[in-house]
This record gives sequence, structure tokens and C-alpha cells, in this order.
Amino acid sequence: MNYVPNPPWVVRQMLDTIGIKSIDDLFADIPETLKLKRELNLPGPKSEVELRRELAALAAKNLSADDRPCFLGAGAYDHYIPAVVEQMLLRSEFYTAYTPYQPELSQGVLQTIFEYQTMICNLTGMDLANASMYDGGSALAEACSLACDATRRRKILIPDTVHPRYLEVIRTYAMGGKMEIITVPGKDGIADPDAITSMVDSQTAAVAIQHPNFYGNLETGLRQIEKAVHGVKGLLIMAVDPISLGILKPPGAWGADIAVGEGQSLGNPLSFGGPYLGFFAATEKLMRRVPGRLVGETVDREGNRAFVLTLQAREQHIRREKAGSNICSNEALCALAATIYLTLVGREGLKEIARRCHQLACYAKQQLEKAGLKLKYQKPFFKEFAVAIPDPRAANTALLKEGIIGGYELDRALLLAFTEKRTRAEIDRLASILGGIARE
Amino acid sequence: MSKLIFEKSVKGARAFTLPESGIPPAMVTEAIPADLLREEDPLLPEISEVEAVRHFTALSQRSYGVDSGFYPLGSCTMKYNPKINEWAARLPGFAGIHPYQPEETVQGALELMYELEQMLCEITGMDSFTLQPAAGAHGEMTGAMIIKAYHNSRGDTKRTKMIVPDSAHGTNPATANMLGYKVIEVKSDERGLVDLEDLRALMSDEIAGLMLTNPNTLGLFEENIREIAAIVHDAGGLLYYDGANANAIIGIARPGDMGFDICHLNLHKTFGTPHGGGGPGSGPIGVKSFLAEFLPVPVIEKHEGKYRLNYDRPRSIGKVHTFYGNFGVMVKAYTYIKALGNTGLKEVSRNAVLNANYLRTKLAGSYDIPYNRLCKHEFVASARKQKKEAGITALDIAKALIDRGCHPPTIYFPLIVEEALMIEPTETETRERLDTFIEAMLEIDRQARENPERLKEAPHKAVIRRPDETGAARNPVLKWKPKE
Repeated sequence: MNYVPNPPWVVRQMLDTIGIKSIDDLFADIPETLKLKRELNLPGPKSEVELRRELAALAAKNLSADDRPCFLGAGAYDHYIPAVVEQMLLRSEFYTAYTPYQPELSQGVLQTIFEYQTMICNLTGMDLANASMYDGGSALAEACSLACDATRRRKILIPDTVHPRYLEVIRTYAMGGKMEIITVPGKDGIADPDAITSMVDSQTAAVAIQHPNFYGNLETGLRQIEKAVHGVKGLLIMAVDPISLGILKPPGAWGADIAVGEGQSLGNPLSFGGPYLGFFAATEKLMRRVPGRLVGETVDREGNRAFVLTLQAREQHIRREKAGSNICSNEALCALAATIYLTLVGREGLKEIARRCHQLACYAKQQLEKAGLKLKYQKPFFKEFAVAIPDPRAANTALLKEGIIGGYELDRALLLAFTEKRTRAEIDRLASILGGIARE
Repeated sequence: MSKLIFEKSVKGARAFTLPESGIPPAMVTEAIPADLLREEDPLLPEISEVEAVRHFTALSQRSYGVDSGFYPLGSCTMKYNPKINEWAARLPGFAGIHPYQPEETVQGALELMYELEQMLCEITGMDSFTLQPAAGAHGEMTGAMIIKAYHNSRGDTKRTKMIVPDSAHGTNPATANMLGYKVIEVKSDERGLVDLEDLRALMSDEIAGLMLTNPNTLGLFEENIREIAAIVHDAGGLLYYDGANANAIIGIARPGDMGFDICHLNLHKTFGTPHGGGGPGSGPIGVKSFLAEFLPVPVIEKHEGKYRLNYDRPRSIGKVHTFYGNFGVMVKAYTYIKALGNTGLKEVSRNAVLNANYLRTKLAGSYDIPYNRLCKHEFVASARKQKKEAGITALDIAKALIDRGCHPPTIYFPLIVEEALMIEPTETETRERLDTFIEAMLEIDRQARENPERLKEAPHKAVIRRPDETGAARNPVLKWKPKE
């Protein structure tokens, strides 16, 4: 393929206009010793026919969750994506646009971001939301960093019931030197509110907690944790599953100062872990410290409603070395997918999906228990739980043999997730296979 | 006036039907304690499918992408996004795989990532790549972490400063700050290049490294790059390549051969993946072999024809993304590189530079071009003449271009050029398209002298007039609220 449009005779005329003999002369400023004196060691160009063949063959080497039951979760979920989402994302005015720096040409993109911000606020119960971050883990890391800036403190307490990969991302971000990450051991699959209460002090910038947590369990000690951290004037950061917010009390109602989460579940495909989006919402008090793009409503000079990127004085392109974050590109198109998704499922739909996920998980628990298995933790959960199993790897292999993508392997347990796509028949098969293994 | 989706809501309207589960409600007991449940439903739209589709279609029509027309946004490389790439990323074998599936069920994905890393190594002259960073700035941050990890691993903890040029992208100093570095600016000389004397004077055993774009943000190749590398290396610092401008040199020169130790690439700039209205991007970074042990985990390894993810890397900086980065974007870039191949990639840069120099030559008579010599993929013009003579600013010119069907160039950047208009046409524009832009620019210059008042009022034909941005920042309205 070749996406360079000018035929040789046009190139010739363009060179004449510039006043040089050949394209090679355009690179006269690069020292000869630096020039690559050979072709790149890559294959030659391919036609679209060949590309299709090659890419389809590569894709076919993967086992897609599209056409088989998938009980894997652990931060990425196999929720249904309405056809409308995929179709609208292919509107190329959206996907081939840049960040909306020129508002007069970008009202559509800006308005979708404004709608997205509104939906995230309404879901999380927070005052404001940004236009998105890279993913759930990096959004949580940026939240911790913001908490340190806002409180001028260093300590971040995190229960070990938070996604272990989120913890790794936060630890990596902490290389900057302004955060000290302290993990607090949980108890029976949830955070230990007493331990957290005893550990918060005047150096605590924030407690960061995930709810439902990595093990799918609900953090039932939130009220005590909120009191403890606010008691020392630290911040409460909550990482939440947006689907759960169809029925669960939102971070705003818990008194969270920052709410973040992985937004993939909202209309974005699994896609081997990305692109996803991290949503990021906060209280009004933190408005001028929030990282990333913010879209605001204003009027044009004739008084018409208009949307613009706003409060840009926070951002790297204006504030440079004084900016709190370096984020520039975000995950705008994934946020658009989330906006279209939330529009389509709507107020009732999200609630129904959340309840269905929970009901299926409850049904699965019953069936697994009937089959002789036990949950690892006896705690309330939302759509995901850990079932105790001596050899989770062998269990996954057995499930895969039956065409089922199993769970996330924990220590002597399998973490299983239930989305609204799962059916009674699929869960019955899951229970019967795992039950069979348990009886062996 | 454009109504928000919330304002189009009709109570009870809906577009979604839950599938049958086959489980009678009586069979399950829900088990969420009442005090964990929300008291009020989240306020989301209530709307039919057809009206939802019309809403977003209408919004797309109030947007402008590369497919709509010319988009010469400097430093952003707004090239055509091939459609086959979109097809590839949506294949169920790519879009439908879970990141935690057993390795044997995702061999195709791992192979693609492994091969993409190898191809990026060859393109940049680096030894190892990670695809984990989700954007250019994320790559910069990862690179700065590796710089820090490297110095720390040698017990060299006094290196607390990072040098960036005064022409640098804002992400460079912001990144250095995130890593706790004090930012030191190196001046540009009268030719628009890094001032070697100034750089020498700044170097010390407190400097962790230098972050540099080449070609730089003026579109000029840093001809002394070898010497710059020597100055930085002699003082024990590392050299970081900001790949935002790599579209100028693919197949022609390589950061690895110039002396850079770490580099990032923007797959969404150089390798044809769409910008999505602000993302997702992808910002892989490459390193020389002595830094490979610091790369984020997991790394993809190949053993006897099988691919696997290796987390056992004791000196790794850790993770910067929950999973493996923006895989969907990688599929598109992989498809792009495969499509163009070795010869096609070189033509990308040759034609990107041709188009930029063609525009520069044709505009030089009407617009001041402070560094008017051979440029690479972009150049920076200035509206200072128009401003002085008619009070017409770079902003006015940008808005007037909107009326003429073009997306404006990047304006007011780099900061070292007054009234800057940073123009990057990319290789995928035809001469006819470039000529239309040139005519528009020349006409705007004429109008600046003849009818400046009309220019100051531009745009006239867009869906809105100039918005009140000051008001937006003074009284921020960041979400819609229902009327009381």
C-alpha cells in the first residue's frame, strides 16, 4: 500500500518550485555519517489483499471471548456492546479528529466530552470529572499524586484488596519521590478498617480503596475508613466499577474526594487490555488541581451555547514544569464509546444490567455450592467472587477444554466474573465442570 | 443551539433490552446490604435508539477530522488514517481477547506485539522496546523513570536536574517535574538549534539527562546531535529522544545512531493510527541494551516459537499501565508498517518533508518565517508582520482559515517564536490540497491589509462564533444540571 498521493510528475514540479533537484537534497542538513545507508530491514510493501490475509491469520491464532463464555474479570469485563456504539465510533469526524483545540471546528467533540463529564459526575456523585485518563490503574496513580499535592503530605495508605496491578502502577508513579505508598493488609478479603484507622496520621495524604475490591467483595467498612481519613484531614480516594454504580451507593455519597475507575466496561471491547479509559472525578475543591482536559460550557459572541477546553492553566502545555501532571493525549474515543453506551442503556438499563450481573453471580454461588465448592471469602460481593479451588490452573485448563474461558488464578482460588452476557446454561456448565474437579 | 442528550430525554424512553437469563427471580437471593445501595438512580439519558443515533450523528457533523479536510496541526502529524487498520483492530481475534487469558490462547496477539517491538527497534536503531505507555507523554514519563532507575542503580543519586530546550513540548518539562527533577532550560541559538555553548555550561554531575526532539519543534534538524550526545554522555547524563517529530526521518536517520539512549514514538502520529479526538494514542519507548533491564513488566519473550509474558525482572521500574498498553492501537500501527514496508516508510518521510518545504517556499513571500531554510516535516511561520501592520494575530489567522475550510495550524507554539503558526502538512496531502491552503493563507494576508475588521471577527461560517473562553475559565460550568 502507499498513502502518498502525489505522482512523480507532480513531485518534480514541487521540487522545481522549491528550487532543488531531488528529494534527497531536502535532507542535506542531516550529516552524511548519520544517514542510514541501507533500506530498513523490514519486509516490502503489501497490498490490502495480502494484509487482510495476514492479519486475519494472526487474529485467528487467538481464542476470542466473542463466541464463547468468558468468566474472566479482574479489571476487564466482557459486557455487551450495543451495535450503535461501534457504528457511531466509525464516524470519522470523531475518530480522525485531534484534541479539540479549535472550538469553532470541534463543537461536536467538545459536546460529547461535556456529556461524558456529566454522566461520570452523575454516576459517581462527584462535582466534576475530566475528559479521561489512560486507564483505571493510571487514573488511581494520578489521584494519589494529586492527593499529595493538595495536602502537601506524602503518605498514601492502600489496603491490599486493591487490584495488585493498580498497586504496581502507583508504586511506579511514586518514583517521582512525592508519594510514600503504604499497603495495609486486608482481612478475609476486604480492607481492615481498624488497621487503617490506627495507621492514619497527620502525614496521611489519602486512603485509596477499591470498591468492589479486586476480589469482587464489597468494602463494608467504608464509613469507618472515611471518618478516619477525614479525621486527619486526608483525602478519600475510591476506585469503582462504573457498572456497579447502577445500584451501589456512589463515591460522592461515601464522602470521597476523588473517584476514579476503569471505564472499559462502558462500551469498550476487551482488546487484550487496551485502549481503555480511566475516569477521574473529584470535588469542586480540587477543581484547579485535576489533571487532564476539562470541557466547559460558555457562550459565543452572539450568545449561542458553546463548549471549550477550559482551565487550561493547569495543564502541561501552559504550565510546563509547574504542571501537576504531564498528561496530554487521553482516551477521548474510549470516553465517547462510554458516552454512547450510557446514552443507549440509559437510566433504567444501567440499573438492570447491574442487578442482572449481581443476580447471576448469586446464582453461580448457589450452583457452585451445590456442586460442593466454597467461596474463598464469605463476604457480600457485586458481580465477581473467588471460589476456593486447590489447583486453579488445572481448573482453567479443564474449562478451556470445554470451550469456556475460566477465571483469574489466585492462590488456591479462581476469581470469576459474571456479566449480563452470561446465561443460566453457561453457569450450570461452569458449576458442573468445577464441581467435577472438586470431587476428584 | 445544540441540545444536550439530557435535554432530549423523554421519561420512560429506552433503547436497551436485557437478555433473558433463564433464571426465575425467586431462585436467587440478592445479597447486598441495604446501606451499600444507592438511594437515587444515576441521572442518565432516557432516549430511543433512533434519537440517540441522530444525536451523535449530528455531533459528528459539528466536528472536523482528517477525513473532513486539511489538518496541518504542527507537531501533531495529522496524516490520513488508513481504513484497513480500523478493520484489523476490530477483528474478533484481536478485539475480543481478555488480557488475562492463558498465554496459549493469545499467541497471535503476543506475536503481533513482539514483531511490532522488533520493527520499531529496526526503525529507531534501539535495542529493546516496550509498548506499554498509552500516549507520548506517558512514554516520556516511562523514559524519565528509566533514566532515574539507571542513575539510582549506580548509586548516582545527585543527578536531580533534567535539561530541556526552550523550544521543547510542554510535556518534556512537565514529565521531568513528575519525576522530581528540577528543569533546566537550554537556549536555542540564532539558527534555532540547541546552543552548544549554553549546553556545555549547564552540564554537570547533577544532570540526569537531556530531553530532545529531532527535528526540533521549529522543524529543524539538530545538525550537531552527535556533539550534543557527546557533551551529555561525557558528563554522565542520558539522552532522551522525544519522537513527536519522527515522521521526518523514518528510513533516513535513526535516533539510535544519533546517540540517543531512550526514545519514544507516537504510534498515533508517525504510524497512521487515528487521534480519536484526543486519544487513544500509544507511546512505545525504545532503549539501548544497557537500559533494557529497567523496562516495564511484563516483557514479551519468544522461546522455541512460543511467546510468553515475563514478569520476573527484578530491576524493572514496574508498571505504568494496568495491562500491556493500548493493544488496539498497536494492531493499527502494525498493519500500517506492514502495508508500507521498508520502501513505503521511507517515502512517508521523504514526502512529508517535500510537502512542508513546498508550503514554506510558497508562503515565505507573505508570511515572516524566522528560520527560513530547509525544514523537515514542519516549519514555523509568524504573524508578527500582520500583527504589526494590521493588528491581525495568529489567532485571527487561525479563525479565518476555519472559514476557508481548513483546520488551523498549531498556534503560539513553540514559545520562542512570536505569533507562531506551526505548520505540518504530512505526506498524505496532494499538491492541490496544499495549493488550496496556500491560496487561503495568501488571501488572509491580503485581507489583513484591506479588511482587517472582518478577520478579527472570524470565523463567520462555523457553527459558532468565537466562544468566550475567559468567561468559561472564570465561572467554570463543567457539567449539565437539570433546571430546578
